[in-house]
Amino acid sequence: MYWEKEIETIPHDKLKVLQLERLKKTVRSASTSDFYGKLFKNIGFKPDGISSLKDIENIPFTTCDDLRDCWPYGLIAVSRDELIRMHFSSETTERALVIFHTAADVNAWTNLMARSMYMTGMRKSDVFQNMMTYGLFTGGLGFHYGAERLGALVIPAGSENSRRQIQLMKNFGTTVLHISPSHALHLSGVFKEVDMDPRKDTELKTAFLGSEPHSEETRKQIEEILGIKAFNSYGLSEMNGPGVSFECQFQQGMHIWEDNYLVEVIDPETLEPVPEGTMGELVLTTLVRQGMPILRYRTRDLTRMITEPCECGRTHRRIERIKGRTDDTMIIKGINIFPIQIEKKLNNIPGVGNNFLIILEREGLNDDIIIKVEVQKEFFTGDLKQLENLRSRISDALKADILITPRVKLVEPNSLPKPEGKTGRVIDNRKNLYG
Amino acid sequence: MIAYQISVFAENKPGRLAKVTAILAKAKINIRAITISTSDEFGVINLLVDDPEQGQKVLAKEGLTASLKEVLAILIEDRPGGLDKLVQLLARENVNVENAYGFVLESWKRAVFVIEVDQIQRAQEILKEDGFETLNAEELSAVEPFHYMKY
Repeated sequence: MYWEKEIETIPHDKLKVLQLERLKKTVRSASTSDFYGKLFKNIGFKPDGISSLKDIENIPFTTCDDLRDCWPYGLIAVSRDELIRMHFSSETTERALVIFHTAADVNAWTNLMARSMYMTGMRKSDVFQNMMTYGLFTGGLGFHYGAERLGALVIPAGSENSRRQIQLMKNFGTTVLHISPSHALHLSGVFKEVDMDPRKDTELKTAFLGSEPHSEETRKQIEEILGIKAFNSYGLSEMNGPGVSFECQFQQGMHIWEDNYLVEVIDPETLEPVPEGTMGELVLTTLVRQGMPILRYRTRDLTRMITEPCECGRTHRRIERIKGRTDDTMIIKGINIFPIQIEKKLNNIPGVGNNFLIILEREGLNDDIIIKVEVQKEFFTGDLKQLENLRSRISDALKADILITPRVKLVEPNSLPKPEGKTGRVIDNRKNLYG
Repeated sequence: MIAYQISVFAENKPGRLAKVTAILAKAKINIRAITISTSDEFGVINLLVDDPEQGQKVLAKEGLTASLKEVLAILIEDRPGGLDKLVQLLARENVNVENAYGFVLESWKRAVFVIEVDQIQRAQEILKEDGFETLNAEELSAVEPFHYMKY
């Protein structure tokens, strides 16, 4: 039932002792990186200044801007020779966050993935089909390594097309999938095309839904269509990727591995800790990572801690399904996109006016990004062709940057509402995105 | 002679044309001809008016994106083959027509064919050599059919 019984069921007081020991070590090691070295000096914090878990509050938060400012090596706390792997976060800005791992880091991450999957009931007798992009994205390799560690037979199917995926499932008796929710929904149609009923004609029993926020409703739908149990999980590249927290067989919130991560939940406005069980922004500190320790990382993800003990007997607390973001990151087709990226691109295109608006729609299973762009008054010479050229130019430029083809609509100067606040340029019409 | 057409950039949605005509009506500007070209979500309204400069000014003042565009307004005969004679000439001379529209001045006598072309100067010379008359803005408002004349 447990991958590592002792650590998974560790009593709270013992967990706290372990966390403190690991935190001390992490803070000391972090102080050898350029970024934290400078930071500690500036605020007069001593690398051995941690004597209780609460002392972490004397260290400022780390944000993704910090990671970008000291890109790419500013947070490395070991000699560069010790690094054996790098990954990108799933965003597309020029300076995509890059995370480095030592051999021990990859090993610890792999163990967390194995622990997570084992927790859902996956065993070495299972056939695991990893339908996720391999490469810079953490989801592919993260799950792959974990499943191998667990001892399952791994089919590294990657981004093969849906029919081929179904063929693999059929030929090799796949029992467990790692798949994005939109792909899972899409697959139901493909099963019909090839005249197969996934409930009867496959051995499928489990799916790990990853890389996109999805609602409880979507999960239920996927479970119904494929005749499986679908598990939600949460992770972010900055904290390795998948394997930060995962649902157990009871599917009531995701256990967050507190032996590897120190968890805080803060009010994103005041930055003060919220009372336990209150909605807030998740802040995480790595407790075992050697290559690139990160302290008090603001994930921008909103959730709530579930403090009641779980029936499964694990003592690691659970978080609820992510409720949204505290910044204006948009997650479209699994890719993180910032309005600022779009703004920067638009500013470089002659003919583009002052204002733009991003509208996100979900049609069926597809996310659509519509960008309304004001045309510059002076640019217009009365030519429809000129406008059409401008539109394709914007569309091409954005596609090259955000990897998704937006639907660009040109609008009259000063016709769009002036943006207010951080999310003023985005209208998200996708219902139940976070459930 | 070169004439001027007002081109207005507008989103393709109800009420945009009404806004344009309301502004021009208020400014007492007469519309001689109008065409609309659209590209699903946006379009361009092309207007031939009696006072293009003033027309452009009032539209811009009301916040519309309007610009003046050079066009050729060519006098043709309002009878079968009248337009053909002109268009055959343009084809022979390899002049590409980007946009065109026409209106009758005097039934069975005279009509005006308005064209946007890629090489406006050259097109003008070719037309002149072949005996076609092109009208400028003032002439356009002057060639009133008798019964339209302002008394």
